Amino acid sequence: MDQQVETGSVESRIEGGVLVVIPRGDWRLGAIPVLDQRMASIRGGGARQAHFDLSQLGEIDSAGAWLLSRTRERLEKAGVKVTLDGAAPGQEALIEKVMAVGCPPPAHHGPHHYLIELVEGIGAGLFHAIKQTRDLLDFFGAVVIGFFRQFLQPRRIRPISLIAQIEQTGLNAMPIIGLISFLIGVVLAYQGYDQLRAFGGQIFTVNLVGISVLREMGILLTAIIVAGRTGSSFTAQIGTMQVNEEVDALRTLGLDPLDVLVLPRVTALVIALPLLTFYSDMAALTGGGVACVLLLDMSAPQYLTQLSHAVSMQHFLVGMSKAPIFALLIAMVGCFEGLRVTGSAESVGQLTTQSVVESLFLVIVFDALFSVFFSFLHI
Amino acid sequence: MNEPVIKVRGLVTRFGEQVVHDGLDLEVRHGEVLGVVGGSGSGKSVLLRTIVGLNHPAAGHIEVLGKSTQGLSDAQWRELEARWGVLFQSGALFSSLTVADNVKLPLKEHAHISAHMRAELAALKIAMVGLPPDSCSKFPSQLSGGMKKRAGLARALALDPELLFLDEPTAGLDPISAAAFDELIRSLQQSLGLTVFMVTHDLDSLTAICDRIAVLVDKKIKVDTMENLLGDPHPWIQAYFHGPRGRAARHVEASEPAP
Repeated sequence: MDQQVETGSVESRIEGGVLVVIPRGDWRLGAIPVLDQRMASIRGGGARQAHFDLSQLGEIDSAGAWLLSRTRERLEKAGVKVTLDGAAPGQEALIEKVMAVGCPPPAHHGPHHYLIELVEGIGAGLFHAIKQTRDLLDFFGAVVIGFFRQFLQPRRIRPISLIAQIEQTGLNAMPIIGLISFLIGVVLAYQGYDQLRAFGGQIFTVNLVGISVLREMGILLTAIIVAGRTGSSFTAQIGTMQVNEEVDALRTLGLDPLDVLVLPRVTALVIALPLLTFYSDMAALTGGGVACVLLLDMSAPQYLTQLSHAVSMQHFLVGMSKAPIFALLIAMVGCFEGLRVTGSAESVGQLTTQSVVESLFLVIVFDALFSVFFSFLHI
Repeated sequence: MNEPVIKVRGLVTRFGEQVVHDGLDLEVRHGEVLGVVGGSGSGKSVLLRTIVGLNHPAAGHIEVLGKSTQGLSDAQWRELEARWGVLFQSGALFSSLTVADNVKLPLKEHAHISAHMRAELAALKIAMVGLPPDSCSKFPSQLSGGMKKRAGLARALALDPELLFLDEPTAGLDPISAAAFDELIRSLQQSLGLTVFMVTHDLDSLTAICDRIAVLVDKKIKVDTMENLLGDPHPWIQAYFHGPRGRAARHVEASEPAP
C-alpha cells in the first residue's frame, strides 16, 4: 500500500544448536506474500530451541505479527521451544495481542463431490417446491378467511389504502398497457393479413384480430404487464417493510398485516385488472382497426360491422372471466413473497424475481387450464 | 509524526439553505482517541462523512494523513482510503456476504495476497474483535446488533489502517457490551498504534477511552480534555457534562480504582 516503505526481509541461521530468526525492515501487509514464503522455508533443522530477535524490525502491522505468530506455532508443534525479544514496546503489545488470539483456522467447507451435490440439489429443490406450494395454499386460505372477515366486520376494510392501490395498480398502468395493446393489435392484423391474403380471405383478418384479442391476447398481455409491474412492486414494498421490521411493528400495534397490507392490494388488483383488461381489449381492437383500414382499404364503419359479425358477447366474457382469477394469483404471489423476505437486501431482490417468475408461470398455467375447461364446455 | 493526522480548516457544510458547519477548525493528533459529541442534528456524522469524502464541503480545507482530500486523483484516493477504516453506525455489513467475506473484501481489493492468506488474516481479525470462530460463515442478518458492530470493526481493521473512524460504536449496546467494546477499541488502539476519530453519545466511553473531546456547538468545534471542558461556560457544554447522566458517568470513573 504505502510505496516508500522498506520491504521486510528475514534472516535465519543456526547458532550453537539454537535457531536464530532475525526479521528486518517493515513487516506490513504489502510485504507479506514474500515474507510468508521465506518464513515457511525456515525449518528447525534439529535445533531444540529457536530465538526470534526483533530488535532490527522496522514497522509491523497485524499481518506481520500474525506471520510471526504462525511461524512460532508451527515450530512449537515440531517440538522447538521459541523465545522472542528485542521488540519495541508498541510492537510487543501488538505481537502479544495477536499471539493471544492465536491463529484461528479459517472456516472452510468440507470437500464435496459434484455428483453428490447435484443429487442433493435436486432433492432440496423438490422439497423446497413442495413446501412453497403448501405455504402458498396456506396463504391463499388466510386471504380467503380475511375476505370473509372483512365482509362480517366492514370496519376492517381500509378504503383509503384500497383506493390508493387501485390508482397505483390500475390508473397508473394505463399508458403502458394502452400502448402495448394497441401495437399488438397492429401486429396481429399485419401478420394475419399476410397469411390470409394467400387464400383470398383478407376480410377474415378482422375475425382473427377480434377473437384472439378478446379471448386471449387482451387478458394475457395485461396480466403479464401487471405481473411485472405490480406483482414485483408488491413484493419489493412488503419485503422492504419486512427488512425494516415495519411488519413486526404493525403486529405489535395490534394490526394484522393481512388486513393492512395484503387485502387492500389483493382487492385493488381484483378490481383493477378486469378494468385494465377491458381497456386493453379496446386498445388492441383500435390498433387492429387502424391496421385494417390502412391495409384492407376498409372504412371504419365497415371494420366495426365486420367485427360485430365476427365476435360475440361470449368471446368477450371468456376473456374477462379470467381477469379476476389472474389478479388474485398475481397479487397473492406478490404479497406472499414479500412477507417471506428475511433480513437482507439480497433477499428482497431474490424474492422479487421469484415473485414475478412465479406469478407469470401461474398465469400461463391457469390460462391453459381455462382453455381446456372452455373447450370442454364448447364455449 | 507530530503532524496532525486530520487537519480541518474553515469547513463549511451546507444542505440547501441549512448550514451545518460554519468555519469549523479541527486537528486530530497522531495516536489519540478523539471523541466527538454534540446535540442530535448538530452535524457529527456529517463531519465524519465529510472527512472521509462521502460529502462534499461547500468551503474549507481538509487534510488527512498529510494529504489534502481535494483534488486527488482516483488512484490517490484509493491509496488514501486504504489507510483508514470506517465503522458505520449499524455496521453497514454487506448483507449478501458472510462475515468472513465482508472482512476479506478490502483485503481482496487493496492487498495482493493469496486467497488462503486472505482467509487466515480475516479469521485473525474476526478473532481479534472477539467474535467466535463460527460467526465467520454467518450472514449479517444472523448476527445480533453488538456482533454486527464487532464484525464491522473487523472489516474496518482489515487493512491495518492508521486511522479509524467510528460512528456511534456503542449506541444500542447494553452497558456490559458497550464497556467491552470500549475496552476492545482501547486495546486495539494501543497495540495497533491507531488514531481514532469517534462520534459518540456515550458519556461512559468518553470518560473511559477518549484522550480529548471535541464538542460541536454553534456550527463550530471546541476541542479540549474532559477536565477543561467541565469548566467551559458554554450553556450546552454545561448542560451536557453537568446533567444527571454526565455526573453519573464521571462519578463512576472517579470512584474506580486506577488500574
